[in-house]
Amino acid sequence: MSCLQTIADYGLRSMGVGERLLPRGDFTLCQQFTLIGSGMLWNIYFGVLALAFGFFFANALALAKASRQPAFRKPAEWFIFIFRGSPLFIQFFLAYEALVLLPRGGIEIFGMTAEVSWLSRAWAGALIVLFLNTAAYSAEIFYGALRSIPKGDLEAADAYGMTGWARFARVQWPTMLRLAWPAYTNEAIFLFHATTLVFFSGFPAFAQKGDALYYASYFVDKTFNPFIPYPIVAFYFIVLTMGLIGLFGLINRRLNRHLPSNERSRVKLRPQIIR
Amino acid sequence: MKNLILTTALLALTAGSAMAQTVRMGTEGAYPPYNFINDKGEVDGFERELGDKLCEMAALTCEWVTTDWDGIIPNLQSGNYDTIIAGMNITAERAEVLAFTQNYIPPASSAYMALDAGTDVMKGVIAAQTGTVQAAHVAASGATLLEFATPDETVAAMRNGEADAVFADKDYLVPILDESAGKFAWAGTEVQIGDGVGMGLRKSDTELVEKFNAGITAMKADGSLNTLITKWFGEKAVTF
Amino acid sequence: MFLSCADPSLLDGLNWLACYLTTGKHFDFYWSFVTVLVLLAVTAPTALAFGFGGAMLARSQHLPLRIIGKGYTAMVRGVPDIVFFLFFVIALDQGIEWAVHQVRCPDWTDPIRNGLEFRVCPQAKVPNNSAAQVWHSLYGFALAVVTFALVFGAFAANVIYGAMQAVPHTQLETAEAYGMSPRQVFHRVLVPQMWVFALPGLSNLWLILIKATPLLFLLGVQDIVYWARELGGMKTGAFDYPHPDWRLYYFLFLLVFYLCMTKLSEVYLNRLQNHLSRGQATAAGEAQRKGIA
Repeated sequence: MSCLQTIADYGLRSMGVGERLLPRGDFTLCQQFTLIGSGMLWNIYFGVLALAFGFFFANALALAKASRQPAFRKPAEWFIFIFRGSPLFIQFFLAYEALVLLPRGGIEIFGMTAEVSWLSRAWAGALIVLFLNTAAYSAEIFYGALRSIPKGDLEAADAYGMTGWARFARVQWPTMLRLAWPAYTNEAIFLFHATTLVFFSGFPAFAQKGDALYYASYFVDKTFNPFIPYPIVAFYFIVLTMGLIGLFGLINRRLNRHLPSNERSRVKLRPQIIR
Repeated sequence: MKNLILTTALLALTAGSAMAQTVRMGTEGAYPPYNFINDKGEVDGFERELGDKLCEMAALTCEWVTTDWDGIIPNLQSGNYDTIIAGMNITAERAEVLAFTQNYIPPASSAYMALDAGTDVMKGVIAAQTGTVQAAHVAASGATLLEFATPDETVAAMRNGEADAVFADKDYLVPILDESAGKFAWAGTEVQIGDGVGMGLRKSDTELVEKFNAGITAMKADGSLNTLITKWFGEKAVTF
Repeated sequence: MFLSCADPSLLDGLNWLACYLTTGKHFDFYWSFVTVLVLLAVTAPTALAFGFGGAMLARSQHLPLRIIGKGYTAMVRGVPDIVFFLFFVIALDQGIEWAVHQVRCPDWTDPIRNGLEFRVCPQAKVPNNSAAQVWHSLYGFALAVVTFALVFGAFAANVIYGAMQAVPHTQLETAEAYGMSPRQVFHRVLVPQMWVFALPGLSNLWLILIKATPLLFLLGVQDIVYWARELGGMKTGAFDYPHPDWRLYYFLFLLVFYLCMTKLSEVYLNRLQNHLSRGQATAAGEAQRKGIA
């Protein structure tokens, strides 16, 4: 079987397209690269969606935490503390246990039956956990940035007579984002790394549709050799990370475009915020 | 000169180790009644008792080690222990990389357990432990495979309705079914997979394989193996 | 443990619970908390040393050294730690045994790698096959420490490298103007000042390290997650204390443990930060602000 054929058969296997049975003999490098690469689609799916949703929720959380009203501040503080203070590993486990407790038949709301069993599937359940998790981490970053906005910027806004929404949307928020961006880049990278935990210990793989690490484990289980599949996963992640750094660097440049070139903060990779 | 002394010392060492060879027995410790960690924190179960007996017969000192099922073969190959005695079914796939002893449990049935005896196990969602012969069987059967890292979780998934049925060694499921007070039932038909359960060793350890084989043969001949199987798996278990 | 626990099937209620929580297996569970704490205590300084070395290499004047240092720190950016853990320990173990083999058995003619099998001479086994189980556990523990330290050392190198860059350049130039040698500048000016800049990053790293300990069981150390799973799983009548699936309660307990650890660390690290920034004119305001945050 040629390599192109393998790619056609297994390239989208993780989404349930193509051959139903996984390869079961003569494991070629091509098969391993194809299937593990196919699994990367799940890592990207989890990472991109969790980041996209998490970004908005994180903004809200950061504002709540910075609020003077205890009714907003306290819940946000607790939410952030719980999600940042416990291992993702345990969060996955508890979330799964909680989600499978939902009634099978669905929940009755105003006479309508809402189907809920899909929540215990990885594509939904794990995404929710990752979303909440990244929201908590990002909120802490945004909150820190919010507090380090130069006083002068705010005074300038006041001097222009800006108040309320205009002041927030045109001065505070852009500055916060600019200051937070390097740390937020790290958060994005580590969120992608964290997606490997989904099938590893959190959620069961359904119909052998799993992420990169799931297929790597499959090959290790069949070939009994850990020294090929796992480094392939590592390789894919290095490529993914480089892509991310490039993309976030471009955004960073745009966020800082008004500054003289020697003042621009470069994206420094420091592990401020991983799990 | 120095070299010579070293060599003699080594010879003495090897000679010494040949007399009281320590064999490290690798097991999972999470598959009762085959092997599990008892309440004292020691490895216990059918395989513990069998392994100790075999070691005694072959005059070996045996040390028990537990390890994750996932890495159980690579760790053996890497020399972290010398045998796998963990309810491992003898399959052609595994026999390519391992040297198996003869089976010490006859080819046993794998069975489907479900909440409802009428469950269609050829369709639906079937839970099985990742990397087992049962998981491979479900994947090929046309049913939808739901995989978990430990056998425990597979049963939990069936109980909470996540999966329609769980597929595992029947001997593992029997006590769970017995204690479920009628909540669980057998579904579908039993399936024979593999050539029974045997010990897995490195291919190069031919001598050790022979020793254990001799022990198992002797235990089969005098009936003590059957006694042991009945003790741990109940009266209905298949014996030699 | 207690005499009254001799026959658990006769017990009920609190007596049963008291006996259940004092089984040998539960003591293994409690002991694993000690294991995790010891691992944290040993790994943190080791990782710091790795990080310091990595940062120094990355700042080196010599290109090859610099490449090694930067390559090492870049490693962690790309590879998820869990993937690294999955194959690195076996590789490290085999590497050590291979090295010992070269020293102790130069006359060995059989191939070491035979297909998937890795076979060194019996004398090169680390620890020796007939060594007591304690040594095997200790060795496994040491491998775990080295692996953790390697990964977190790379993180620490990133932080320390950044902190070294953050020390105002004028300070170093002043030191040079006073006639200090590069070595003296490094030891007397750069390193003492660097800690204040590095501490926020290092504190974060510590919190991350705490939260990475559930991955220990991947490295073959029987940690708290291993025992929580093992103890919580459903127990049939083959056990003295049969019970249904209790993993949820065990994991909730772990959750509380980790949250407490985080809280304690945060309180202590905040204090340390305040203490360190005292008298540091450049960073004091910054640190004070962070102290409030």
